[in-house]
Amino acid sequence: MVFLPYSTAASVLDTNAATPKTLLSIHNVAKHFGKNIVLRNISLDIAEGEFLTILGESGSGKTTLLRIVAGFESATAGEVWMGDERLDQRPPYRRRVNTVFQHYALFPHLTVEENVGYGLRVAKRPDAEIKTRVEDALAKVKMTAYAKVKPSKISGGQQQRIALARALVNRPKLLLLDEPLSALDANLRRQMQLELKSLQREVAISFLFVTHDQEEAMVMSDRIALLRSGELEQVAAPREIYSRPATAYVAQFIGHTNLLETEVRGGIARCSSLSWPVQLADGPALFSLRPENIAVVPPATLVVSGRVRLPGRVVNQAFHGATELIRVQCAEELVLIVRTPSSVAGHAEVELEFSPADAVPVRKSAERN
Amino acid sequence: MFSRAYKTAVTLPPLVWVAAFLLSPYLLMLCYSFWSVSAVQVIVHHWSLDNYRELLRVGVYWQTLFRSMWIAARVTIFSLLLGYPLAYFLSFHAGKRKDLFYQLVIIPLWVSYLVRAYAWKTILGSDGVLNTLLQYVHLTQHPLEFLLYSPFAVVLTLTHIYTPFTFLPIYAALEHIPRNLVEASHDLGATPGQTFWKIVFPLSIPGVLAGATFAFVLSLGDFLAPLLLGGPSGIMISNIVVSLFGAAYNWPLGAAISFCMLLLVGSLIFLSERLERKWSFS
Repeated sequence: MVFLPYSTAASVLDTNAATPKTLLSIHNVAKHFGKNIVLRNISLDIAEGEFLTILGESGSGKTTLLRIVAGFESATAGEVWMGDERLDQRPPYRRRVNTVFQHYALFPHLTVEENVGYGLRVAKRPDAEIKTRVEDALAKVKMTAYAKVKPSKISGGQQQRIALARALVNRPKLLLLDEPLSALDANLRRQMQLELKSLQREVAISFLFVTHDQEEAMVMSDRIALLRSGELEQVAAPREIYSRPATAYVAQFIGHTNLLETEVRGGIARCSSLSWPVQLADGPALFSLRPENIAVVPPATLVVSGRVRLPGRVVNQAFHGATELIRVQCAEELVLIVRTPSSVAGHAEVELEFSPADAVPVRKSAERN
Repeated sequence: MFSRAYKTAVTLPPLVWVAAFLLSPYLLMLCYSFWSVSAVQVIVHHWSLDNYRELLRVGVYWQTLFRSMWIAARVTIFSLLLGYPLAYFLSFHAGKRKDLFYQLVIIPLWVSYLVRAYAWKTILGSDGVLNTLLQYVHLTQHPLEFLLYSPFAVVLTLTHIYTPFTFLPIYAALEHIPRNLVEASHDLGATPGQTFWKIVFPLSIPGVLAGATFAFVLSLGDFLAPLLLGGPSGIMISNIVVSLFGAAYNWPLGAAISFCMLLLVGSLIFLSERLERKWSFS
């Protein structure tokens, strides 16, 4: 089986029976800052009502891509389309797109209420309409009590809600969120992730969400677009990207994994003392094996047919609460990370077992920086 | 964190300085304003409010003060009209040439005030650059008299001299505006014009107030420009003070005017500080 780096929206939003309509299309977008190439040849579709996350390390170009969609940067090449309107040639104030900024960017001289009503006010909506829509938006983010307050008087989490209300009140077709939760502390962050997700379901607006946090991306997204050094590595639903990573980079970036470099000959993949049957052509192959797919089994039990068994010695363990990760030395140059539910005595001899089906072939990631 | 001795050591010198060179001269001036000059031209330490009564009684002092304020107000308006667009352009649109433009605004400050005032005299005089040019292109037959030795000349020169002083605080205020606020405004559908009037300008008001205060206070107290370029109709309040302390030898009356000016300027600065604080949100 070959994994394409781009999967289509239709194949992924399987919860939705009807094929969702594409809202925004990014076509072959590139961005150069002088000699520095920040984005190359990015193509990405966002479906109506979809929560799409652009995930990447700092410097991967994720914020630049978002800013191109918002209109704060212009693409060096490529096009951005919303329906039959070409977006990338319009100024930001002529796009039906709103942004929640990383540091909220609330207007300090305006009250919470005036901040939220700003977009409607500049669009010259009638006063009565502004009033009710602002009230609704504030109620939606549970900030009605703070309507008359200046932004400097409220906490970061509250400013976050206002920024959200200020964007949503305009009923954009697409909401862009630039690491909106990164400034919050861990607890509030987790709470906001869930709130944001349910709010998105409620308002049924497409969200294009940028983050460097893979866990956040997994929790919130319908699909994740993983960006690396300005190129998309894989676009897929969280479950798919986790269980079927396309490249070694994806496998390592999302969750923990064991990367096994093997040599395939005659339908058998060999790596150090390990070997298992595969359906791949002869040659070198790379496999990703998740720690939770390796089991610690009691020694001297029968090997279940088809499963691969190997002995090893625990060299270190890290407690993660419900589970722990242990490192097992299986051969001279083969150390596997294994996720176990219960603690195994330190430096014990253990037997490991996994199913060859869980070893997912991945492409070697291109050398880039 | 710091020892008492250290705190005293660092705060004492400036305190001594302020006391010796600022407070005591002002105090002395205040005393003088209550004294008087005798018939034989000697200052007698006889305490009275006569000098202040004289100020209220004699119209020319009032008229000159109002003229000075009117000149200062015009200088303030013109420096704001010149300084604000310049600061806005530099802060938002100069790009990589920002530093160069900034230096170009600052460099005139290195040239002596006197030189710049004389330069205007050369430009505006009857045989000056401007009149010669106007006659050469046959726009005028005779030299325009109102160009020099008039309030116009004073306003023009003071505007030239004090525009950098209004520019600087406005520029600083504009530089402090987070650029993501401008982006947020555009993002919410505001055109560049709406963004300027609803976001950028309100947030630059503290700089405008500081700049306006500089221009007004500095030009209100100016005496060189009116002396060199003002002529009889361009006399300002400081020229009266200078002559009272000089040829007229009436230090007490001069001191009384100075003290009134000090109060006026002091309350202006106080007011502008209050307003600035009301409009700052950092």
